[in-house]
Amino acid sequence: MVKKTLVALSAIALGAGTLSACGGGDSASGSDDGAITMGFAQVGAESGWRTANSASIQDTAEAEGIELKFSDAQQKQENQIKAIRSYIQQDVDIISFSPVVETGWDAVLQEAKRAGIPVILTDRAVDTDDESLYVTFLGSDFVAEGEKAGQWLVDNAADSDVDGDGDVNVVELQGTTGAAPAIDRKEGFESVISSDPSISISASQTGDFTRDGGKQVMEAFLQSEEGIDVVYAHNDDMGLGAIEAIEAAGLVPGEDIKIITVDAVRDGMAALAEGKINFIVECNPLLGPQLMELAQQVLDGEEVPRRVVTEETTFTQEQAAEVLESREY
Amino acid sequence: MSDTLPKVPDTASAPPSAGDGPARPSPLARALAHPLLWPVLALVVLLAVNVAAQPGFLEVRLQDGHLFGSVIDILRNSAPIMLVATGMTLVIATRGIDLSVGAIAAIAGAIACTQIVGAADQGAASVAIIASTTAVAACVLLGLWNGFLVAVLGIQPIIATLVLMVAGRGLAMLVTDGQITTVNNDTFSDLASGFVLTLPIALIIALVVFGLTAVLTRRTALGMLIEAVGINPEASRLAGVRSRTIIWTVYVFAGFCAGVAGLIIAANTSSVNANSLGLWIELDAILAVVIGGTSLAGGRFSLAGTLVGAVFIATLARTIPTIGIPSEANYLFKAVVVVLVCLLQSPKARAAIGSLLTARHSKGATS
Repeated sequence: MVKKTLVALSAIALGAGTLSACGGGDSASGSDDGAITMGFAQVGAESGWRTANSASIQDTAEAEGIELKFSDAQQKQENQIKAIRSYIQQDVDIISFSPVVETGWDAVLQEAKRAGIPVILTDRAVDTDDESLYVTFLGSDFVAEGEKAGQWLVDNAADSDVDGDGDVNVVELQGTTGAAPAIDRKEGFESVISSDPSISISASQTGDFTRDGGKQVMEAFLQSEEGIDVVYAHNDDMGLGAIEAIEAAGLVPGEDIKIITVDAVRDGMAALAEGKINFIVECNPLLGPQLMELAQQVLDGEEVPRRVVTEETTFTQEQAAEVLESREY
Repeated sequence: MSDTLPKVPDTASAPPSAGDGPARPSPLARALAHPLLWPVLALVVLLAVNVAAQPGFLEVRLQDGHLFGSVIDILRNSAPIMLVATGMTLVIATRGIDLSVGAIAAIAGAIACTQIVGAADQGAASVAIIASTTAVAACVLLGLWNGFLVAVLGIQPIIATLVLMVAGRGLAMLVTDGQITTVNNDTFSDLASGFVLTLPIALIIALVVFGLTAVLTRRTALGMLIEAVGINPEASRLAGVRSRTIIWTVYVFAGFCAGVAGLIIAANTSSVNANSLGLWIELDAILAVVIGGTSLAGGRFSLAGTLVGAVFIATLARTIPTIGIPSEANYLFKAVVVVLVCLLQSPKARAAIGSLLTARHSKGATS
């Protein structure tokens, strides 16, 4: 019932907003009734990480009395652009979104700017020359995540050379092509492993951040690549898919082939604790509290830093076993 | 037009001196005219490309008591497309189209997984069977809905099934609460990863459904009735064919096939992700049907062609990582291959290429 009333209310608000826009009224952000209205355009629910991220944002908004308009773009940029346009139409106080891909946002962000609605990027950055199009970017440093993953491999290079041929042969399961985490995690990882000439990436292919994608690509790699020592997956879900493919090939994940992933969602941490994954770099999805705080500051006219990095750590198998019970997502 | 003369003996059906009753086309000519020739040829070429990139591509060995190798992976991974495309073939034969199969697959996976997770004993085989049956039953209902819109209300199939294509994913999200639901049930995961008699269970399921469909449509009048409806629904109704019932039935069948496919996809990773499960499988299925030589205009259909088309698409997906196409060029590669196959299948395009080649050849001979 509550939901229905909300929908009805927002429809009325939408009508009112359009009317006032026609009349040329320029309502300043946040001045109408005190309560903040935020439009959030989510990427989708492609992974456990993403659903935890959505839940954090929705829960925090509810707890802090912020009216949240939430949309799911199902991995498509055009859907996200549509959602942002509709938020501009509805004259929300602030817009926040995690861009599906890095480029192609200038036009819609210009529209938001003209409408006087500040934009906060979360989790993923956009590639634009005009810095004024968004206020701040809250999220993980994906390059640093890739570097941490690469550093672990460099530190454990001797152990990771499973077949003992002197070379550490890595296959990489990339995220969605063109997405910031896929580009940056690849770049960070490559920059660190280049310090050790024995480590090389022999094959790299996108698994679209999904388990099914990771499994199918890994099945192909297991046939086409000789002597795979390490799998580097850009997220846990693809790593979990790779585990199934490795097991189906009669090999033991974590031993016959070492697995490094990024994210640290519950299913991934469980696999890490079981020894099927060797190392996970955390990418913290619980951005809700930081996001709402930033939104409040922006609307209060306070100065906010251009870049806010979320706090993150890494997990080994032993650490995973310890924290698994208390894992929220 | 001098080059038409030497062509005559080639294109003639048989030498007149054969004298064995009415002139029959030679086996070679019949093979060349066979509608399956081009899809099969395309598949063979694609496999050859893989073998060139990885010499052991066709090798199959026994591993833990079942067959293991790239070809087995491809056949296993093609099972969902095979199932969906089988249903799609019949729908397309009635001049329809079903865009909702991907969403229906997602709903099947969502229902099955949430039921298994909610069960008292998550690992029990009976739980998996009950959950899967419920899921497929729900998909049959969704097929009934599609069929109702198309056959009874007379809504254009593309619009009628678009409703469920969009809303269906929302339904699946609602069932799973937007979460990725992971299940722990060996019986369920065997649907995709298990083996019987060294063959993948998923493939066997797909082939059984395919075989039953083939028998039902080709050994009974059903296939002919479906074709009649596809060619002219009104004329067939006047001729006494129950057009409405037949159209309704094919949508129900497509829903059933999509449901089973959804279960296999979910079982493949023992999890359901309502957003990505079966995403775009409707397009892959339509492509499989078209590659197989069935016309989107309805009427004649080729189930065997669809089978080849489904295997072709699964092989194409496998080719990308095997020959190491960069991630950025995936879609371009797929598009180029599909365009080439479609050109191969078009008699007009073949004739144009053929005359281009002969023109060049005769030019080279005279000069």
